[in-house]
Amino acid sequence: MEEIAMEDTHSHGHQIDPKVEYSAAKFGMWLFLGTEILLFGGLFAAYAIFRAKYAELFHEQHKELDVTLGAINTVVLIFSSLTMAMGVSAIQRGKRNLLSILLVITILCGIAFGVNKYFEYGAKFEHHLTPGTSIFFALYFMMTGLHMLHVFAGITILTVLLVLNLKGKFSANYNTPIEVGGLYWHLVDLIWIYLFPLLYLIS
Amino acid sequence: MATKTHSEEHHHDHEEPHIVGNSVYIIVWVALMILTGITVWVARHNFGVFNIVVALGIASIKASIVALFFMHLKYEDKLTWTFALYPLFLLALLIGLTASDVFYRLSP
Repeated sequence: MEEIAMEDTHSHGHQIDPKVEYSAAKFGMWLFLGTEILLFGGLFAAYAIFRAKYAELFHEQHKELDVTLGAINTVVLIFSSLTMAMGVSAIQRGKRNLLSILLVITILCGIAFGVNKYFEYGAKFEHHLTPGTSIFFALYFMMTGLHMLHVFAGITILTVLLVLNLKGKFSANYNTPIEVGGLYWHLVDLIWIYLFPLLYLIS
Repeated sequence: MATKTHSEEHHHDHEEPHIVGNSVYIIVWVALMILTGITVWVARHNFGVFNIVVALGIASIKASIVALFFMHLKYEDKLTWTFALYPLFLLALLIGLTASDVFYRLSP
């Protein structure tokens, strides 16, 4: 009963056709993701130019990075994208508890990524490799740091969605925030897919 | 009950029935894992200039798979496609024009 009441407030409280709202929310997120790609774009442009200019330095210094840790983080992040995508399907089928479980796994993967990165940064600082070391490390810290901020933002969004889901806000009929939040999380994965080979695998 | 039927109508009214099956997601995930493995393997061998080409090529295939399936781009309308691809054009412009400025500028 309560659930139906909530649906009601949602559908009619906004005075917007739910179908239109669904499409508009998704489209708006895609627009935002475009600005995110261009935010990283400046750093990618800087990377391309400095790598072309100082190919030797990039090759030498990338050896300081731990490929194993980078690869583990890649696997963790891609797995979290899988659980996020499955979560969207779960709620579209009305499986609220399954969505909660999948959101928890996704959030834990995000935290694991952060913990891994924390140890990685720690090891770099111990070896006196800082953003001031060279243009390679300046770019490494800027790019992975900006990406890390996005992981934190993603974890925050997913945690809010988890709390709302536990309160019973989402159902097979209303799950737009889950799908839109998922899009943001996938973008975080997408950017890492480029960062990993560009920073860790220079040969 | 009336409310439920009403909402269900809306649900089926969406542009596409795009509840993607978990089997599709798992196939996509396996493909992403294999591609990650290939990237790491290629980086351990010296193919000259092809290393960066292969690395970026595989990354782009992975990114496309994530966008098409995980992000449901495959099921989106033309407008979403346009605005998903437009930033890539701007990105190419940003990198291309900056690079042409840096590398074709006459040194004083």
